[in-house]
Amino acid sequence: MSTATADIHDRPAESRVNYLNASYGIKSWLLTTDHKRIGLLYLGTITFMFLIGGTAAALMRLQLIEPQGALLEPETYNKMFSTHGIVMVFFFLVPSIPATLGNFLIPIMIGARDVAFPKLNLMSWYLFITGCAFALVAILSGGVDTGWTFYPPYSSLYSHTPVVVMALGIFIAGFSSILTGLNFVVTIHKMRAPGMTWFRLPLFIWALYATSLIFILGTPVIAITLFLLGLERLLHVGIFDPAIGGDPLLFQHLFWFYSHPAVYIMILPSMGVVSELITAFSRKKIFGYSFVAFSSLAIAVISFVVWGHHMFVTGQSIYAGLVFSVLSFLVAIPSAVKVFNWTATLYKGSISYQAPMLYALGFIGLFTMGGLTGLFLASLATDVHVNGTYFVVAHFHYIMVGGALMGYLGGIHFWWPKITGRMYPDMWARVSAVIVFVGFNLTFFPQFVVGYLGMPRRYAVYPAEFQVLNVMSSAGASVLAVGYIIPLVYLTWSMRYGAEAGRNPWGAAGLEWTTPSPPPTENFEVAPIVTEDAYNYPIKQPRDYPNAPGVAHV
Amino acid sequence: MSEMAAHGAHKHPPGFAHQFEDMAQQKEASTLGMWAFLVTEILFFGGMFTAYTIYRELHFESFVTGSHLLEVKFGATNTYVLICSSLTMALAIRSAQTGKRKGQIIFWLILTMILGALFLGLKLRFEWYRDYVDGIVPGISWAYNGPHAPGVQMFMCFYFFMTGVHALHMVAGLGILTVLVIMTARNKFSPEYYAPLEISGLYWHFVDIVWIFLFALLYLIGGRY
Amino acid sequence: MIPIQPPAASSIAEGVDKLYYLLTGITLFFTVLIFSIIFYFMVKYRRRSEDEVAPETHTSMVLELTWTIIPSLICVVLFVWASALYVRNSRPPTASTEIFVIGKQWMWHIQHPEGPREIDELHVPVGVPVKVTMTSQDVIHDFYIPAFRVKKDVLPGRYTSLWFQPTETGTFHLFCAQYCGTSHSQMIGWVYVMEPKDYANWLAGGEKTESMAQQGERLFTQFGCDSCHVSDGTGRGPSLAGVYGKPEQLAGGETRVVDESLIRQAILVPNSVHVPGRQPIMPTYQGQLNEEQMLQLIAYVKSLGSQERNRK
Repeated sequence: MSTATADIHDRPAESRVNYLNASYGIKSWLLTTDHKRIGLLYLGTITFMFLIGGTAAALMRLQLIEPQGALLEPETYNKMFSTHGIVMVFFFLVPSIPATLGNFLIPIMIGARDVAFPKLNLMSWYLFITGCAFALVAILSGGVDTGWTFYPPYSSLYSHTPVVVMALGIFIAGFSSILTGLNFVVTIHKMRAPGMTWFRLPLFIWALYATSLIFILGTPVIAITLFLLGLERLLHVGIFDPAIGGDPLLFQHLFWFYSHPAVYIMILPSMGVVSELITAFSRKKIFGYSFVAFSSLAIAVISFVVWGHHMFVTGQSIYAGLVFSVLSFLVAIPSAVKVFNWTATLYKGSISYQAPMLYALGFIGLFTMGGLTGLFLASLATDVHVNGTYFVVAHFHYIMVGGALMGYLGGIHFWWPKITGRMYPDMWARVSAVIVFVGFNLTFFPQFVVGYLGMPRRYAVYPAEFQVLNVMSSAGASVLAVGYIIPLVYLTWSMRYGAEAGRNPWGAAGLEWTTPSPPPTENFEVAPIVTEDAYNYPIKQPRDYPNAPGVAHV
Repeated sequence: MSEMAAHGAHKHPPGFAHQFEDMAQQKEASTLGMWAFLVTEILFFGGMFTAYTIYRELHFESFVTGSHLLEVKFGATNTYVLICSSLTMALAIRSAQTGKRKGQIIFWLILTMILGALFLGLKLRFEWYRDYVDGIVPGISWAYNGPHAPGVQMFMCFYFFMTGVHALHMVAGLGILTVLVIMTARNKFSPEYYAPLEISGLYWHFVDIVWIFLFALLYLIGGRY
Repeated sequence: MIPIQPPAASSIAEGVDKLYYLLTGITLFFTVLIFSIIFYFMVKYRRRSEDEVAPETHTSMVLELTWTIIPSLICVVLFVWASALYVRNSRPPTASTEIFVIGKQWMWHIQHPEGPREIDELHVPVGVPVKVTMTSQDVIHDFYIPAFRVKKDVLPGRYTSLWFQPTETGTFHLFCAQYCGTSHSQMIGWVYVMEPKDYANWLAGGEKTESMAQQGERLFTQFGCDSCHVSDGTGRGPSLAGVYGKPEQLAGGETRVVDESLIRQAILVPNSVHVPGRQPIMPTYQGQLNEEQMLQLIAYVKSLGSQERNRK
């Protein structure tokens, strides 16, 4: 690199034109077609939705301190767990990494100027906030009490809550994610920079590509299913109604045909982030690149044929149970392959422990535990006992919170300097990561135990013998909440007062680290031409995290 | 910066979007995008077709009875109307491809819209409205007293849900065609650039093909005459 | 002292618990393995200077195959073990006592064939297999007895069933395990397992009630079923003597075993299950019978099984 570039990144961030200051005013944000700004619009929206879902969770855990309920009427509690599930699944986890980090990073990581369809990208965001608006209207008019699973006949013919409004919100948000997935697939296929072959792509891209396949193939099915449910509710007759020969289990099949792959929508991007973090913070090529890449595709494909494991106790035939059980065991294997490859990457690496790495390591541990507890559920004989209990609740929270959410936080912390041009105080970030890890285990581990003891899920009140474990879980939840609130504070603080980050504060490999922080609107000063594999450590550009007072030199 | 210097060197036809490197990449991307979108539509309709298949298997007699309540002549006419509209759509694209004047392109587009509107009009007036009067619209006007009543009601649910969702897609198609007419009138298209016409054609043909399946599966169960 | 498992009070509980412990062992093993290796690497390979360069390590096909094949083998073992246990646990022994359950928002109606009814309570004898046949009057519920390790959804419009054999006397929780509305968490009860003679006393004591079959017989006359289903086969409908539990060929070719579901279907959608040689003229009783009456009629038809079949 010439000395001319040394000038460019020695200049303070504000005086250099980048995507944040290229234009001002609310219209320039609300009518933007820049994928980076759209990523930030999503970031704001989903953070807001996370706070709503989190508040519902807090109220739930407060309620469950007392066996006869400490706070809420059962009817209100039922609305709380439904709101928590719906908001967290459809309005937080599903869009989280794809719509924020995916939108921001995919074009940069592949060396493109933007996504294939920037205006469609903006429309996706508008669809998403419209969906959020409908959901909020449903919540404010009392909330639904059907659970996030909306099983009929309860949801179609018995519930007295705004089911149609909420279903409409999910439908619209689903459409938003279909368009996002479509945008990503076309972008990755058609807009890679010269020399960026498929097997030179960062693993984050492979993970998001696999996720986008699920977006495209799965989401339309939940859309039509909720649509049919809504019609049945409005017309008081429909295809799931036993009175005209309908089958409520058909709803479950259609629902889970999407909702099982959906959980892989929620975890695959996180796995992609972890791949990036592990290699960046060990300064080493990932072990088994093609195995990790193909495992993402394998997970996406197999995810479509395991949905019946949610229905083992519905009275379906034994043969159906056997088929879904064996396929559910099969889907565990590619995930195991990833965990082993990440671990092997650390071998003889040069490992540092900034916050993103702590989140990544936390992910590996908690995902391993959560994934292995999935085997209890794939096993027919044990599933009969633990289905519908807190064992299942603990399992999926280990994956979704211990896994997906930690990967998301790790990614936010890793790419924050690129997105904002600022560093946050790493000490606070590391402390939060540890608090999250500890709080998480205190909250959810007791739930495995109380689930095997027989406590069913979605219970507003419970027999007194389960109280000790419930109190432990609620206590842990308060620690976990602290762990989530602290980053909100220092990340916001850093946007104004954080030390300036250079191009590559972590010394990581990847096209995104070759461009200024924050990047210019067109992403690159000079269109990149790729000549190396991914993670080609040691990298040629030096790390350039400038010393700033009050910030630890890490 | 690089674009401005190169503007003399590359010609940017109307409609070029600058996130792309060149028109070829743009064309490939938009075509792939439309095919991906049609895959999502197949999955969307597919949910209903799956449910239909299951219930038809379980309640075949009821489905035959229900199907005989529909009038094949209207279904067949509408099928013919839509196939013709696919032809006119293809001719509109062909006109652009071969550099005909915009008036000709607009002629075929408007003819396509007329046929689409005719489809919707026939359906509304001679099928749905009559069904409403006859009392075979589940949840809205149900007065059926014949054999297999519960199963016939199930069949009619499928009939209205599936043709209703299809009709919504037709309406969206009419909206797209309107936009295309305006774009053509504003001289946006040429033999070098007519991709929006082509990919909208893909969508229109898809909606047509869905109808052909609906016609066969809803109107022709159990044979006739 | 926090217990980690509910009482193991049925014949299958121990087997399920053994599998649970195996799964727990595997989970602990791999969790500790991964945690330890990572911790070890974290310490041993921590970055000591900014210019440190990690050596290149090459992908090893041997390693990749090893850590793909070993987990796969473990999964195969688990699948075979769990499936075999599941299949065995799904088949009720032939000589089971029967219990009938109707779930409704938000209580369990339990019906003994001998006549006694219970709400949210189930008395059963120890050491005897019990088959529970269930349906819902409204939404989907789920019948769950943790101590027996049994659970099954309870659906409207059809019958589901489970079985258990209690191995200890005592009192055990009964829960609804499928969210069903406002008082889902209060749709709970108790299972009382008694010594056989105590159970017999319990059955005989209390109010004098007719057995389900007797009530069914009254309904059979009340609804006019006996006018067509004459017992000597001379009526317009077939005789129902001895049909229960046997395969029956239906018009349309298929053969089905006459069980609760088939009888229910015959009563509600008669022309879908008529027999060859008879006209499909049976009227439907949709909307005229509640779930309890349906089960009583079925009990009556079952009771005809012990009579001599006399068809012409």
